[in-house]
Amino acid sequence: MIKSRLFNSVIRTLTGIGHRVTERIWRLGAGARLFFLAIIYSGESFKRFQLTMREVYATGVMSLLIIIVSAFFVGMVLALQGYNILQKYGSSDAIGVFVSLTLVRELGPVVTALLFAGRAGTAITAEIGLMKTTEQLSAMEMMAVNPIARVIAPRFWAGVISMPILAALFSMVGILGGYLVAVPLIGVDDGAFWSQMQANVDVRLDIMNGLIKSVVFGVVCTMIALFQGYDAPPTAEGVSRATTRTVVISSLAVLGIDFVLTAFMLAS
Amino acid sequence: MDRTKIDLWVGIFVALGAAALLGLAMKVGNLTSSKIGETYNVTAAYENIGSLKRHAPVKSAGVVVGRVNDIIFNTERYEAVVTLAIDKRYDFPADTFANIYTAGLLGEQYVGLEAGGDEVMLKEGDKIAKTQDAVVLEKMISQFLFSKASESESKDVAPVAVEAKVKSTELGDPPF
Repeated sequence: MIKSRLFNSVIRTLTGIGHRVTERIWRLGAGARLFFLAIIYSGESFKRFQLTMREVYATGVMSLLIIIVSAFFVGMVLALQGYNILQKYGSSDAIGVFVSLTLVRELGPVVTALLFAGRAGTAITAEIGLMKTTEQLSAMEMMAVNPIARVIAPRFWAGVISMPILAALFSMVGILGGYLVAVPLIGVDDGAFWSQMQANVDVRLDIMNGLIKSVVFGVVCTMIALFQGYDAPPTAEGVSRATTRTVVISSLAVLGIDFVLTAFMLAS
Repeated sequence: MDRTKIDLWVGIFVALGAAALLGLAMKVGNLTSSKIGETYNVTAAYENIGSLKRHAPVKSAGVVVGRVNDIIFNTERYEAVVTLAIDKRYDFPADTFANIYTAGLLGEQYVGLEAGGDEVMLKEGDKIAKTQDAVVLEKMISQFLFSKASESESKDVAPVAVEAKVKSTELGDPPF
């Protein structure tokens, strides 16, 4: 009797684990399907480019302020910290290289993606989740309008377009912030700051790789936000949970993928 | 939010992004200065390349004229064979020196080309015969100590000895 109870509880635990794993895999598959559907039905978002334009405004333009302000402060902090370390080795002239390489290679794409997930990703999830809750998506289907072509695809492309632009802006503004701290405030030589930077930052190896990273993050963050919204249970609680999940999963995915991408980029 | 206003803002956004990218490429990167177009490959063999890496610059008179394309180890002669990709705009005589130098005291290493006087020019696939290895700091220090020791041994011959040592290092083979 006791033995069979133990057996039952083991079975139940195993079933629980199995259920969770299959659930995750199922959701991953559903997300991948949504991704392919969004790409297949993306013709309309280019034919009626106004749809995509509106979403670029909502995701990209509206994120400008937070991106620019945080980039400025990140750049200034980098310059302060970098100077503090570099001057110990008597190479404070290399501060321009330090700031620009950190921003262009890593912080630009990654921090932009994290901010994007928080600023634009949550908005996308909440909007689509609410559309689903209020049955707008079903209404579209009733009117023979494909909700993936009309709602998902334009938002996807808007995210993919916005992210590299935001990341480039982040890097540039961050470097300007670093410049403001390093040159007028600390007194590093102006010429050394720029010339060392230009000698050590490679357009293909550093700037292009940063750009590639930000495009990948754009795809990942937008897709996660879209899927979480599309998949959210049509209740107030479901939408709120989906929004939270968007931020958590996007952030983790960005950091994990960043490691893999960096490993590949440094290896080649 | 009407349509034209959205268009305007998106236009500003995209223009800002393009300007930032252009700024990164021009002001931060070095797209303008060191663009190397068509290249031809020549090889050079070294006994010791120090910490020379792929993509290290090849300079002549301080101007970047190419990149190190490949470094392989030749097991027949136990030497490093370095492939240099040199810009097609620049021709070098066949008896050009290819020396490995260090930028600054601890900086990165690069290949310095010093043009010779030959009338035949280097072309694709040629091998540069006259090379000089990277300076190994330990070797240089021990050499210095060695010369100091011999100096204190016999004061009168010392200056000649030191001079001879310096000459021999310039020619590229350390005297031990």
